[in-house]
Amino acid sequence: MNPQLVMYEEEYNQINAICERLTRDANAKVVFLVDKNGQLISAQGATADIDTTSLASLTAGNVAAMGGLAKLIGENEFPNQFHEGSRDSLHMTIVGSRVVLVVIVDTKTTPLGLLRLRVRKATDELNKIFEGLLKKTEQPGAGSPFAEITDDDIDNLFS
Amino acid sequence: MSFINYSSREINCKIVYYGPGLCGKTTNLQYVYAKTSSEAKGKMISLATETERTLFFDFLPLSLGEIRGFKTRFHLYTVPGQVFYDASRKLILKGVDGVVFVADSQIERMDANVESLENLQVNLAEQGLPLEKLPFVVQFNKRDLPNAASKEELHNLLNPRNVPEFEAVAPTGVGVFDTLKMTAKLVLTELRKDPR
Repeated sequence: MNPQLVMYEEEYNQINAICERLTRDANAKVVFLVDKNGQLISAQGATADIDTTSLASLTAGNVAAMGGLAKLIGENEFPNQFHEGSRDSLHMTIVGSRVVLVVIVDTKTTPLGLLRLRVRKATDELNKIFEGLLKKTEQPGAGSPFAEITDDDIDNLFS
Repeated sequence: MSFINYSSREINCKIVYYGPGLCGKTTNLQYVYAKTSSEAKGKMISLATETERTLFFDFLPLSLGEIRGFKTRFHLYTVPGQVFYDASRKLILKGVDGVVFVADSQIERMDANVESLENLQVNLAEQGLPLEKLPFVVQFNKRDLPNAASKEELHNLLNPRNVPEFEAVAPTGVGVFDTLKMTAKLVLTELRKDPR
């Protein structure tokens, strides 16, 4: 089982910067980074018209289902997926077995080969950040920010 | 597995509604969706068959408010209850923070309830996650039906550990929010512990 994902300001800014750069380099409409459990981590580009929460959840569902299929045929997972639409296409890459990098592009303006190249570069960088995050979470003292909450705090949410 | 973001000061948790086919898992989510203000909820997604049976999952994102400056967001999922969708159920349980078991109170569904509860335990154990260690709430749904078993009978059969349990009639909302609130409370209480 994967440990809990904790995101800190420093890494969050680095991740956003990588996704933002990928949006430009790949001439993408949108770049998303989603936890495999369906939590949205970063969304860059023209996100205003997209339901990002739904996108995150469906991405996780899709990756989970494809992972299940991969195991059925003796593969560990399918690290890359490409879904071609009439206008926009969707590219998904699993990063460090833990998060999914989703890029939405018009493949008429961004050839698939170039997209893959840009995605690979971003994936390598993201991998390093998530490895670091994991180590940080495992350090002593990296406790829950909720360690001090009281029953009243919780009850107040429902009042 | 909750996701804590210090930068955006958010905490995201995942609650899964489990139970046998046609016990009312989707109906629970539909009622929550219908009765929640638009600011507090996102879009509800249902991946269902043409006959409105859950094919993969239903999904409903909810915001409950702030605790100590952190926004609390809950992602509610249902699993497909039909027995042959077991592979999908396993996927949806990944990263779960709390489970609601929705039982069908009708006497003729007791075997299905027991089978589904055992299936839940097996599927969680496969992830190395014993049910006993998870926030867990049991809901006895369909209490309005004439062929409903007694609460005692359901309790003895489905809740021997005596976790919080609620009687419900999901289409009219009886017990729906009580179940959700208790589960959310248990999940948040769990967060007091070390996240590792």
